[in-house]
Amino acid sequence: MSRLSDERVALAREIIGRFPRKKSALIPLLHLAQEQDGYVAQDAMVHIAELLDLAPAEVYGTASFYEMFKFHPVGKYCINICTNISCQLVGAWNLLHHAEERLGIKSGGTTDDGLFTIEDVECIAACTEAPALQVNYRYRYKVTPDSFDSLIEELESGELQGEIPPHGTLGAVRQITTAAWSNRGIEDQAKVDSR
Amino acid sequence: MSVPTGPRIITSRFDLADGHTYAGYLRTGGYASLRKAVGTMTPQQVHDEVKAAEIQGRGGAGFPAGTKWGFLPAGVFPRYLVINGDESEPGTYKDRMLMERDPHQLIEGIVIACYALNASQAFLYVRGEMAHAQERLAQALNDAYANNMVGKNICGSTFSVDITLTWGAGAYIVGEETALIESLEGERGMPRLKPPFFPAVKGLYMQPTIVNNVETLANVPYIVGKGGGDFKSIGAPTSTGMRMFAVSGHVNKPGVFEVPNGVTTFRMLFEAPEYCGGVRNGGTIKAFIPGGASAMWFFPEHLDMALDKPTVDKAGSMLGSGAIVAMDQTTDMVAACWRIVRFFARESCGKCTPCREGTTWLERVLKRMLDGHGRAEDIDLLFEVSESISPGIAWPPRQTTICPLGPSAVSPIASAVRRFRHEFEHYIEHGRPIDGVVSPFVTHAASHA
Repeated sequence: MSRLSDERVALAREIIGRFPRKKSALIPLLHLAQEQDGYVAQDAMVHIAELLDLAPAEVYGTASFYEMFKFHPVGKYCINICTNISCQLVGAWNLLHHAEERLGIKSGGTTDDGLFTIEDVECIAACTEAPALQVNYRYRYKVTPDSFDSLIEELESGELQGEIPPHGTLGAVRQITTAAWSNRGIEDQAKVDSR
Repeated sequence: MSVPTGPRIITSRFDLADGHTYAGYLRTGGYASLRKAVGTMTPQQVHDEVKAAEIQGRGGAGFPAGTKWGFLPAGVFPRYLVINGDESEPGTYKDRMLMERDPHQLIEGIVIACYALNASQAFLYVRGEMAHAQERLAQALNDAYANNMVGKNICGSTFSVDITLTWGAGAYIVGEETALIESLEGERGMPRLKPPFFPAVKGLYMQPTIVNNVETLANVPYIVGKGGGDFKSIGAPTSTGMRMFAVSGHVNKPGVFEVPNGVTTFRMLFEAPEYCGGVRNGGTIKAFIPGGASAMWFFPEHLDMALDKPTVDKAGSMLGSGAIVAMDQTTDMVAACWRIVRFFARESCGKCTPCREGTTWLERVLKRMLDGHGRAEDIDLLFEVSESISPGIAWPPRQTTICPLGPSAVSPIASAVRRFRHEFEHYIEHGRPIDGVVSPFVTHAASHA
């Protein structure tokens, strides 16, 4: 799809300004791209490379290491079902199989209407609330086949739109750089780097 | 069953509706330790209190934080503090809670630590999948900056430091400190070789860097407020303070508990009504994981052991990240072993051959057993591959790899195959679990039967 919008470029520059070296902003910028398009588009990676003075291959090289970055469109709602040990012990596979049947797709697949993707994922740190899942990284605890069905209905009807933004958007609040920012680390590192 | 009790140190605001807000934090005594530190103490005095507390790092290795801080070479600047909030060890659930429910406590701990270390900047690296923790921390940081608790001239002192909030994008290995530093530099999260890249000497941007776990730093405001001696008087002399444990699996009330360190036993956690209230359906413990998926498993004979680092280490496992997973008598040990090995196979970063190839082979061999295609030689094969990743298959593990991820995949195999060899043999012979255990791969139809 697309390069980063002007608004996101401004955000990107603010983020870059919080690190002593530009490349440290790479993962946060990839998240900005995924937030914009729902996945990390090739043009966006080229744009990020320009913003960070990197080769596009360096951007893709880092991005492709990390599970969360998608390079093709996925469902509007990415449902990650944990099957790791604590969840496996209390019915995670049953839940995953139910989800696959309910949505008519296999783990890793996306429904034809582009609404849902399901993934069988590793531990999501909700072990005492097993079996657990995340929809676009928002938790649902102690999920049963029945509560999974209700979740799908609520997502289809748009009831959860306020609570669960489309895939790619993480925290609703961003750190902001204000006049209270000291800039000490960046200045100290710049002195070392310029030697 | 009576259980040892102690003050709630880092979970004290968990039940408050506004414990995560700046106002709520301030009202409950928040930021008093920071004022005390920057207003009345020298950095050395702060460091001395943390040393006196003898707090063991809560991330997994259990190294004393005060000693770690002392590894920074004198006079080398800039130096950095990196906060490891990349909680991903299977079974572990406490750092996310601390970040979501009491973000200011963590921020206060970070700023105090930066003061003690004279760090130029702190980088708070949160796991990518934790959207709520990210937004709670972003809001808390914005409020802390607005109230002069972070940034320029903190609390009117001459001390200034910034905290940069950032997050990963899904990679367990980034919880390893040098991999985390790589990730912070915008690289693939692959661990660095130690030596020479000990973070305290050559860390972020090749500058001296301390990497501390979230829970470790969340304890710092208490330690500075009440004194290291007070903290040390809680728990056991060999495992000081209060500590968070997540108990999951086959118990009646799984939960995260802050308990006196070193004196509470596994049995208490599983059985006491204050904690998990017994094994589900009145069952019994067949095995349990005492400290995360990387740990060697424990068995019923270990139930009365105290959660004390040297005791657990000596018994051949670890408390690791405080992740305890209970497995009752119905547990399919081949399936449990496979699932943990699959995790390490998936999460291997691929840098070292024994781990990249070995964990993958281990996973495939176990999977074919589960699928009914196990071969007579497979058990020997599991040990042979394990041996090539972790020679001797002992504890603490030796490793042919840069980091401990590869050897971690050997722990469930060494534990499960040695103890429940007949279950593996049965799978190989009959293609199904022994009588009395339940395969976790029940079908959808079966569940509705």
